[in-house]
Amino acid sequence: MEVTLNIVFQGFYKDSVALMRLSRDLAALDGVNEAGLMMGSPSNKQILKDAGLLADEGAAAEGGDLILAIRANDSAAAQKAAETIEPQIKSQTRSADGDTEWRPQTIRAAAKANPGANLALISVPGEFAAAEARKAISRGLNVMMFSDNVSIEDEISLKIQAREEGVLMMGPDCGTAILDGVPLAFANQVKRGDIGIVGASGTGIQEVTSLISNNGRGVSHAIGVGGRDLKDEIGGVSTLMGIDRLDADTATKHIILISKPPGEKVLPRIMDRIAQSAKPFTVCFIGATDLELPTNATAARTLKDAAQAALGGGEFEQSESVGTSLPESRKGIRGLYSGGTLAAESQLILLDAGLPVASNAAVPGAVGLSENNEAHQIIDLGDDQYTQGRPHPMIDPEIRHEPLADAMADSTIGVILIDIVIGYGAHPDPAGQLVTMLDDLRGENGPAIIASVTGTELDPQVRSSQIKALEAADIHVAESNADAALAALRLLGVNS
Amino acid sequence: MELIEKANEEAIRRMLGAEPVLIDVVPAGEIVPDLQDKMILHAGPPLEWDRMCGPMQGAIAGITVFEGWASDLEQAVDMASSGDIAFDANHHHDAVGPMTGMTTVSQPVMVVENKIIGNRAYCAINEGLGKVMRFGGNDEEVLNRLAWIRDVLGPAMGKALKDMGGIELKPLIARGLSMGDEMHQRNVACSGLVLRAIASAMARTSDDTTALSESLAFISANDQFHLNITMAMGKAIMDPVRNIEGSSIVTAMSRNGTDFGIRVSGTGDEWFTAPVEMPEGLYFAGYSEADANPDMGDSTIVETIGLGGFAMGASPAVAGFVGAGAASEAANYTYRMGEICAAENPEWTIPSLDYLGVPTGIDIRLVVDSGIAPTINTGIAHREPGIGQVGAGVVRAPMACFEQAVRRLAANLGLS
Amino acid sequence: MPSDQDDKSLLGGDLSVINVGLDKFASELAEHNVSVVHLDWKPPAGGGAELATLLSKMGT
Repeated sequence: MEVTLNIVFQGFYKDSVALMRLSRDLAALDGVNEAGLMMGSPSNKQILKDAGLLADEGAAAEGGDLILAIRANDSAAAQKAAETIEPQIKSQTRSADGDTEWRPQTIRAAAKANPGANLALISVPGEFAAAEARKAISRGLNVMMFSDNVSIEDEISLKIQAREEGVLMMGPDCGTAILDGVPLAFANQVKRGDIGIVGASGTGIQEVTSLISNNGRGVSHAIGVGGRDLKDEIGGVSTLMGIDRLDADTATKHIILISKPPGEKVLPRIMDRIAQSAKPFTVCFIGATDLELPTNATAARTLKDAAQAALGGGEFEQSESVGTSLPESRKGIRGLYSGGTLAAESQLILLDAGLPVASNAAVPGAVGLSENNEAHQIIDLGDDQYTQGRPHPMIDPEIRHEPLADAMADSTIGVILIDIVIGYGAHPDPAGQLVTMLDDLRGENGPAIIASVTGTELDPQVRSSQIKALEAADIHVAESNADAALAALRLLGVNS
Repeated sequence: MELIEKANEEAIRRMLGAEPVLIDVVPAGEIVPDLQDKMILHAGPPLEWDRMCGPMQGAIAGITVFEGWASDLEQAVDMASSGDIAFDANHHHDAVGPMTGMTTVSQPVMVVENKIIGNRAYCAINEGLGKVMRFGGNDEEVLNRLAWIRDVLGPAMGKALKDMGGIELKPLIARGLSMGDEMHQRNVACSGLVLRAIASAMARTSDDTTALSESLAFISANDQFHLNITMAMGKAIMDPVRNIEGSSIVTAMSRNGTDFGIRVSGTGDEWFTAPVEMPEGLYFAGYSEADANPDMGDSTIVETIGLGGFAMGASPAVAGFVGAGAASEAANYTYRMGEICAAENPEWTIPSLDYLGVPTGIDIRLVVDSGIAPTINTGIAHREPGIGQVGAGVVRAPMACFEQAVRRLAANLGLS
Repeated sequence: MPSDQDDKSLLGGDLSVINVGLDKFASELAEHNVSVVHLDWKPPAGGGAELATLLSKMGT
């Protein structure tokens, strides 16, 4: 009979990435049907409950306790699995304890011990992130908040506090920044240069900075602000402060803004701020139409356009055509994206070619996934519905496996579009993982697979090595994410 | 919050500005405020006879016989349990006492005056190690020693201190820290420094060479002699910090063997209590954890002023004794306590930590937020009365005390 | 407007980071020779969100 076993480790903290890795190992043990390792917060307990993993012991755990939850074929298997994993849970902690080097436990103590500190990089669970950011800001630290699941009320109050203190509040949900050439969180090692970026989108910043670097120019700084900054509720506080910083920065000669279309009330404030600057701007508000811009700014429809405009307007090298042909029955495009903004860019390109598009993260003009079965589906796998309790697909591309299998088995699909995002923070070999995944899924006359690699030669994964691995597996690699979508259109005989 | 920050600045100003001087030794009945006949002051927050642990009851029986209120221990227990004896906390009478912390009328108490304010604090003289009343010992040997302290040592020290104009304690502590004391578990250096300071004055003011020789020998042989002086000093430093509106600084930590209690400046004289925890540490040969009594004593006033467990970095020898191995781990205790304190004491520094000042002013907000409980160095008493000390170790202050205090302070400030 | 000389400015100065959360971020910063302190972080107030919020109002 199937049993659910919970073991609670009181007052035992481990970060969620470590826990997720251990959960995966645990779930793979003999006789285990489902497993989870989570801190005992109410939201985590709900997740465990929904997964049928919560027993009475786990239900009684507190937020600072670690819950080990196993559902197994029988209690012997559950016990054995728990005994197998327990040393792994504890061993990492013990080695940390054996470290006689003191590590401060609080921001206050760390700031006292390091008076020169100027940035707090916060990636703790969302429910605690705002309190940590508040502590950092009140000590005069700039904040980059990688954490998500922070309420909009907290975001507003943090950004107002940051503005009063004169520090930058990057995030919440800020995945990417590059400061003085140093990549932070999910970012690429790009060449130094004179182009500065303020972006509400992590992968948008990654794509644009990589394209700039790969096409002979460089980046001064890239400041992430979090996906909601330009909503009317937030008022673009961090975007405006980011522009201030880059405007004052002598190393920055050109400024690119990347975001979804701003709220109605925020838009004129951003435009006014741009107009006050003597520097040229490129504005890429993905999906926005009919922007009225100050004379020192140009609009870019896509991320690729933005990079090209900042480099002076010339066209980047064009990708070659895909050297295959498809049977008449295979007309559909399926995009499986780890980067939300990359998914948005592809939607725009398909829409601009007159195709119907459906997406779980639809841009203006596209519809929701269930609304049009005939439409080309562009799926953002980084969306909450896929990442609840699991690592982001950029960390662990395994999330792509199931939708990829579905698409491979669908005889109406002609092209599968895939983004490979490399750089710091990302999986060490996403191309290799994709190739392995496809080994089991590929049959005769299947759909064409077109990918792009966001990143540079200086990244740990090395862009050219990733491309080589993909091409060796018969995957067409385009020069940019936009080029991949354009190549798909050409292969299907659609005029773009 | 601005009010709390300002209040804490004032609290720290008063702590660091204190000028404690050991000025006299006087019978408690003559000097301790509101101390009556047939009244026993004990360590920790107040509690009734029925809730007292074994060593506490043993000490009460012993001191009742010592004071002559009962002819034997059995009668003493009858009196204590039937309400013939009044009990109160030392802390309510400007006093402190180690372990069971017995303070009664005829016992001589050391007087520390905080010269900048003029307030005074009191603590009995340390009895030495082994079978002693502070660990619940109450046999003839224990009572005879107390009588000698009352009749010989106390008066001799009092005369000497008056003659020499007292001993300034702040510089003495500073030197002790640089000599490896943390003033709770280890007082060897400070005890020696006090003996050096007082010896000639004791000789000058004595007309009985036997008594003088016995007195000097007693101080020389007692490595913990200075503990009670540190404690009276701590009380004299912390009392003026009480009742600063909004302040989240701890003014007292104390335990009675049953409850651990804290008082916080901004919440007045209210005790926030929780069950005491068991110390973790090393045991003398023949004893084990099974013999240990829960944590006890007013001596946690030492940690309240930034010494003891907070100054562990000064005392690697103690760190080894209480279970931490390497010297770097001793330093980690001090760094860790720095995370829950508002300031560092620039006059009490630890040479081996690049002259880091000891962590000063425990802030209940930081304790609860960080989850770092104050670490206390402590002796461990046998849980049966009359046996005495069986080990030494560390104990953590219970987090529940601090959580209650945070909620009360927040309520006082209109926050919820 | 903050200038390059403003010590709160991030740009054009020496980046010095307090890392709160994923240790991977700290080790990657160290690889770039950035001064970084990786906190031994634990959930505030023992994981009690209500008490943590109360404390943050009291200015921890």
